[in-house]
Amino acid sequence: MAAVLVSEFQEETPARRALRRLIRRRGALFGLGIVAFFIFVALLAPWLAPYDPLATSWSAVRKAPSALYLFGSDEIGRDVLSRVIWGTRASLLAGVVSVSIALSLGLPVGLLAGYRGGWTDALISRATDAMLACPFLILAIALAAFLGPSLSNAMIAIGISATPIFIRLTRAQVLAAKVEDYVEAARALGNPPLRIALRHILPNVVPPLIVQATLAIAAAVIAEASLSFLGLGQQPPAPSWGSMLNTAKNYVDQAPWMAFWPGLSIFLLVLSFNMLGDGLRDALDPRHR
Amino acid sequence: MARYLLRRLAALVPTLILVSMLVFGLQQLLPGDPATILAGEDQDPNVVAYLRQKLHLDQPLPVRYLYWAGGVLRGDLGESLRVQKPVTELVLEKLPVTVQLASMAMLIAIVIGVTAGVVSAVKKDTAWDYAANVFALWGLSTPNFWLGILLILLFAVRLGWLPASGYVSPFEDLKGNLAAMIMPAFVLGNAFAAVLMRHTRSAMLQVLSADYVRTARAKGLSERVVILKHALRNALVPVITLGALGFGELLGGTVLTESVFTIPGFGKLVVDAVFNRDYQVVQGVVLVTASAYILLNLLADLAYFFVNPRMRG
Repeated sequence: MAAVLVSEFQEETPARRALRRLIRRRGALFGLGIVAFFIFVALLAPWLAPYDPLATSWSAVRKAPSALYLFGSDEIGRDVLSRVIWGTRASLLAGVVSVSIALSLGLPVGLLAGYRGGWTDALISRATDAMLACPFLILAIALAAFLGPSLSNAMIAIGISATPIFIRLTRAQVLAAKVEDYVEAARALGNPPLRIALRHILPNVVPPLIVQATLAIAAAVIAEASLSFLGLGQQPPAPSWGSMLNTAKNYVDQAPWMAFWPGLSIFLLVLSFNMLGDGLRDALDPRHR
Repeated sequence: MARYLLRRLAALVPTLILVSMLVFGLQQLLPGDPATILAGEDQDPNVVAYLRQKLHLDQPLPVRYLYWAGGVLRGDLGESLRVQKPVTELVLEKLPVTVQLASMAMLIAIVIGVTAGVVSAVKKDTAWDYAANVFALWGLSTPNFWLGILLILLFAVRLGWLPASGYVSPFEDLKGNLAAMIMPAFVLGNAFAAVLMRHTRSAMLQVLSADYVRTARAKGLSERVVILKHALRNALVPVITLGALGFGELLGGTVLTESVFTIPGFGKLVVDAVFNRDYQVVQGVVLVTASAYILLNLLADLAYFFVNPRMRG
């Protein structure tokens, strides 16, 4: 019996161990559930939305929630529920795409800085410091303003603004990993630097990046909503939670439901990514057990 | 001390140069001829010609940067084409409003965040700890412009206790100023309170298990003295650094808060500039914010140096 247990323990891969730890955390599971729910809503938006999100109706201007309009209607008679459902796509897309941009820029640059060291590292580190000196939202707003208002430009702006965090994190992880015995061994065996960086160092710096990426998606969702709220993201009449809130702020006293539902959706999506990120950090980092 | 300060100041120079290059580089993102775009919708040929000459657009990029950086060093951040005023003047006009808002937000964040962090650590694994952690998650996940709208609905529209928007100078009417600023300051400070709570909790948990706290308890000191005099004082050392950096983040957060509450500050200046395509104002604001952030970073380092005896060695 003991032998079987020992053998099972030895066979458990790091990924499986992390998954087992993640499943034990109720907060993380709750987060994962809500994220899955929003992905489901985004994918099935055409079938789930009761109305066309762009269809206006002058006989249904600012109608309170009812059986006909579950979340009420907006200032030009559009169904708020349908717009919230379709708006999920913009938020999720912005979160995932901007973090993918940040990762695909930050990971190779951080790897290069950490592995090469010397002048390359000094130059990349100073450039990263300069970018980090600009508050995330101010930089994203400035980039979006200069690139022009659109959802894709907002995603690029958020992605670029989030890049320095990934550069710094990857660099720090590479600096720690490159002095480990297994890297020394790979070097002693005559592996070329590129192979060592990609095959031996990279897999070991991935776990903290996964945690950071999950938390960065939460920040990116808020950033996209903020840019759309300021008119720099998704352009009207296309539905987006941020732009819905921008319109809703003018009707707070007459139609509070216009602000309530899109705001609640942003809150829930961001909360779920934060909870999932916290759970992943606990599951992947032994110090947080 | 002097050597440490000089070393830190020397390290700032390349960062400031790179920040200025980044801000200058924003202009290169404009599609097409910058002078035509910067001239706005009217594209008055006189304005275009003036801009072309002022921005030295006939010169190569590095030369243009040197002209621009030289102007910045003399305090010239360009001119707002909409308001027809120097950007420096506009920034200096709006900055006090934003600094007041950010300072009030910081105060609220410290009171809520540090208190919640201490309670959470001292009452670890109890309902208090659970509630404080829920508060932190809530603070980190709530978009502040949504919270602002909800608070306007409750305190201005429904209860009528506070004004929904606007700004009064504290020199004209202090009571009116505080009434107008308390809601935006809470909205702005809310997320940072959550960050402070998490850091205070983690620092307190570390300190509470340290030998000197155990010794203080063994000496028979009351729990109140142990927590406030021995544990909290040491736990607050990293929180001071975070506070200085957080002030820079709060300056960035004012963009949305000032937009929701129609406060005529720095943040509103950016939003209006973005809408009016007043790009030189946007550039000026980014440069000033980044410089303020770098300066606060330096102050945080110095504060850390003073409060941490081990660094003074």
